[in-house]
Amino acid sequence: MNTGSVTTLPRLESAGLDGWMVRLFDSIEETNLPWITALLQRCESAFGTAVVDLVPSYTTLLVVFDPVQLSPLEAQQKITSLLTDLTPEGSSGTSQIHELPTFYHASVGPDLERVAEHTGLSVAEVIACHSQKTYRVFALGFAPGFAFMGLTAPQLECPRLDTPRKKVPVGSVAIAARQTAAYPTATPGGWNLLGRTSARLFDRKREGFSLLNVGDQVRFVPASREAFERSGGDITPMEACQ
Amino acid sequence: MTTLPQSDIAIRVLRAGPLALLQDRGRFGVRHLGVTQGGPADLYSWAWANRLAGNPWGSASLEITFGGLQLVAERDLDIAIAGADLGATLEGHPVPLWQRVRWSEGQKLTFGTPVSGLRAYLSVRGGFAAPPAMGSVACVAREQLGGFDGHGRKLADDDRLSTFKPGITAAPGITQAPPHARPDFREPPQLDLLPGAQIAEFTGRSLFDAFNTWWRVDDRADRMGVRLAGPKLQCRIRSLISEGINLGGVQVPPDGQPIVLLNDRQTIGGYPRLGALSPLSVSRLAQCLPGQEVRLVARSGESVLREYRAFLASFAS
Repeated sequence: MNTGSVTTLPRLESAGLDGWMVRLFDSIEETNLPWITALLQRCESAFGTAVVDLVPSYTTLLVVFDPVQLSPLEAQQKITSLLTDLTPEGSSGTSQIHELPTFYHASVGPDLERVAEHTGLSVAEVIACHSQKTYRVFALGFAPGFAFMGLTAPQLECPRLDTPRKKVPVGSVAIAARQTAAYPTATPGGWNLLGRTSARLFDRKREGFSLLNVGDQVRFVPASREAFERSGGDITPMEACQ
Repeated sequence: MTTLPQSDIAIRVLRAGPLALLQDRGRFGVRHLGVTQGGPADLYSWAWANRLAGNPWGSASLEITFGGLQLVAERDLDIAIAGADLGATLEGHPVPLWQRVRWSEGQKLTFGTPVSGLRAYLSVRGGFAAPPAMGSVACVAREQLGGFDGHGRKLADDDRLSTFKPGITAAPGITQAPPHARPDFREPPQLDLLPGAQIAEFTGRSLFDAFNTWWRVDDRADRMGVRLAGPKLQCRIRSLISEGINLGGVQVPPDGQPIVLLNDRQTIGGYPRLGALSPLSVSRLAQCLPGQEVRLVARSGESVLREYRAFLASFAS
């Protein structure tokens, strides 16, 4: 992608009266995340009560600060100093591997066949391909706790549906382009549904609310219908969820 | 040990109207989870309504869009309505706006249709009481968060609304907003825009057009964003890798028509931006009806910061 700029990275861009966009990278790589989460943690401790929100995503960190405590210039200087000797979060750090039990089946994954057709793989190969890789959470957005993860294997690349579904059931596991996700709540959605996880992805009563956080590592673990149900999964077929 | 203030049923909803939402300041510290900010679309008028009702900063008010709401008081209440003039009447008599008013038990408070502005804020002394969801009662239906039930349900007919009981002493503070503090929402506003990183990527006449056009507020406008209609802006960048979006961000999708992002916006997005409106300009835009015209004015951070800090300081309790 042409960003039309020759300025070096990282750089700070104005994001309004109370925000700075820290642009660290210019392409989507799983290796970006340890750098972004490291900066996020530094900002958290350095800004203290002056931090309002820190929104990490793929290549950037949006820093929203309290404009009463800090001027944009003061915030800029603070962030710049935090960037000078930044080191990525170590693999032994807080980032854990989540295993999401997933029931891959046409009854809850109505696009399995379509994906197989599009990719030239068999359904079994699609499932194997999707569940063998460990993914990184790039960003949370679209809905509370909705984690954009990747990258999926190149042979699994598949476009979104032409017409999004009005309602995708809770827990649906999906792919689009080279990303994967699981729906934390029933929302509209245009991704290809492969199955369903019993993991509770978003819970407003839980400490931290979201199971998955940016930078986390995730694996989808194939589960039998029985194991899926035992762990609290809902096997109501897709058609009955509309 | 702190004790929670007592709350009690105060109001019954006779007719919910098209859109009435409970709003405190909003949800913060959770945007990295994909949870939107919420809060009053017009922060300025919301702050005034609370102040005039004798409430501290951050109290929950009702944001009434378009009007159509009818309520009856189930006990004597002190209230203030600020923001849009939606033709509110108390037992058929016009309610003065931007000042404290007594609403007696049994009286009907009725909102009509917009006379000027789009969103009115009703504050009751003591503040509305509701169970917080993720630190806020701000109602976001899409996320099933906030509101009187805690799960994002909009106001419905026959709902009974609770307020916190205020102390027995008279509410302190001013009871009327001075005339200069009451915006005239029929005037076409000049909206302060702080230029952002992609501004240099707009080509040809686009930058001239952006700041020298009377943009028309489109009818595709809600609490997520307000679309502006006018000349097509051209940008060298069609899309970005999704990144966090701040309040007031002015994004320009490939159709060249800017969208100003408000309180219930998606937390991340990937369109190039002209920049971001100041918080007070976001407030002002939130009062514009479809068809009204607005102007974008490029401003520097320092002057806008001074104004915003002065606003916040005047409301600090």
